[in-house]
Amino acid sequence: MAISVKQVEQVAYLARLELTEPEKQLFAEQLTAILEYAEKLNEIDTEKVEPLHHILPIYNVLREDVVQPGPSREEILSNAPLVEDGQYKVPRII
Amino acid sequence: MELYELTCHELKEKLDQKEVSSREITQSFLERIDKVEDQVKAFVTITGDLALQQAEQYDAGDAVPGLGGIPYGLKDIICTRGIRTTASSKMLENYVPFYDAMVAARLAEHKGILLGKLNLDEFAMGSSTEQSAFYPTRNPWDLERVPGGSSGGSAAAVAAGEVPFSLGTDSGGSIRQPAAFCGVVGLKPTYGRVSRWGVMAYASSFDQVGVISRDVEDCALVLNVIAGHDPRDSTSVDQPVPDYTSFLTSDIKGLKIAYPREYFQQGVDSEIRQLILNALKHFEQLGAIVEEVSLPHSEYALPAYYLIAPAEASANLARFDGVRYGLRDQQAENVVDMFSRSRAAGFGAEVKRRIMLGTYALSSGYYDAYYLKALKVRRLIADDFAKVFADHDLIIAPTTPTVAFRIGEQTDDLLTLYMNDILTVPINMAGLPGMSIPCGFIGGMPVGMQIVGKPFDEGTIFKAAYSFEQATDYHKARPTLGVSK
Repeated sequence: MAISVKQVEQVAYLARLELTEPEKQLFAEQLTAILEYAEKLNEIDTEKVEPLHHILPIYNVLREDVVQPGPSREEILSNAPLVEDGQYKVPRII
Repeated sequence: MELYELTCHELKEKLDQKEVSSREITQSFLERIDKVEDQVKAFVTITGDLALQQAEQYDAGDAVPGLGGIPYGLKDIICTRGIRTTASSKMLENYVPFYDAMVAARLAEHKGILLGKLNLDEFAMGSSTEQSAFYPTRNPWDLERVPGGSSGGSAAAVAAGEVPFSLGTDSGGSIRQPAAFCGVVGLKPTYGRVSRWGVMAYASSFDQVGVISRDVEDCALVLNVIAGHDPRDSTSVDQPVPDYTSFLTSDIKGLKIAYPREYFQQGVDSEIRQLILNALKHFEQLGAIVEEVSLPHSEYALPAYYLIAPAEASANLARFDGVRYGLRDQQAENVVDMFSRSRAAGFGAEVKRRIMLGTYALSSGYYDAYYLKALKVRRLIADDFAKVFADHDLIIAPTTPTVAFRIGEQTDDLLTLYMNDILTVPINMAGLPGMSIPCGFIGGMPVGMQIVGKPFDEGTIFKAAYSFEQATDYHKARPTLGVSK
């Protein structure tokens, strides 16, 4: 199935990714090509097959809830582009 | 012979016998880097001063067995405390982690000497290292060709003698394919064998840290250090770690080796097929039992991978929002624009493409048709392998369908580029351990043979790889850093 530029815009919004007009065109074409290739999977009947998320026989990994030393506030903020009063600063949300 | 031409175990012997110091070894590699790095471009960051400091400390202290005093490089997606870690992305051009990844910490504890951080396809998405936001790395066997990827810097640096070993990551072939293209040894351990803590996530159910080295013995030495359970990575498995060097014997009598017919079909260069078939004959002469088998769902692995991996990537890369780290658009007046523009400016084309593809495959209305369908196919692929391994010890196949291609040759055709992974992706789908070792040359370019084992049975891979290496000289060939005709 062909992916339209409008669909690309919707997906880009979901992904929080601003695209240029040429990028939208290109991705519409490329996503269409890749998804057409993926259509190949429909050759197989998977009606009775359980999905495999990962290969390990591990489900919930639990540990004791014990307080452990963690990184300092300074370390955590050390790579933030904009900090004020020891906190992350972002543009107005509301 | 110069020190930079030696393997880790050869260097270690000289070091332990006090023939040379760690500083002299480190100096030799730094001089080699100085001489060839302009041509190879394997590094993103070189930590020369720090390396010399670490080497001097090593020489002043007690000897540490294994890798103590031996230099190495890390793929620049593995976090290093106080050392810039970029994922070869503009997004993280100035990112300096305040912690070491578990594998980096293990090597530091064992007193290895870090020479620097190695180039990759941005966030490990690619097969050629051309997707690095900084510059492409070049193949030391032919500087006009790619080294493979995404761990292209890690493989090229080992091949060029800039580091004796390196770590990479492999989600769909990103260690084995560049190892094959560069004529070195590359091991992707079983999913869960090595902690991923502190390694930037691309596709979490596939990603695994592994080793690139000059020979099989070095590979075992490195795996000894990095393998093992880490409570901070809930997918790392609590299983005993054997001494992998104990498998370095040439006794493979009675070993049952399968070769899947689907990996020897058209699309795979006929000369490569022949080299692998020759190697299989060799294993037979050493007493192994070699049989043809079928992995019937092989052709579905690549389309399934290119839905599941981007889906996981789109979720993993959501964290890059310009708030806590990374590039930020300072002009945006509201928060959604700030996210969207920071991400637009920070990510390169392939990363954007995979985020888009993954977001689409996970979005409401398409989830069942694409993502869930691919996960079901994934089970069929894993079941194929389980059936073969019920009756065989190893699977052997080519690592790549071709030798290294030319820089720029495949950037326009996505599906052709993705085809590079066709022989490696299925192994990640099933989480199995796989190693690529040099097994010959075509037109002066190295060819890799892929040896795949049962889950957590890296040992048997080491046995077969070592026996082949002992009988051949391919791993001893060194590139001249020229350009082929």
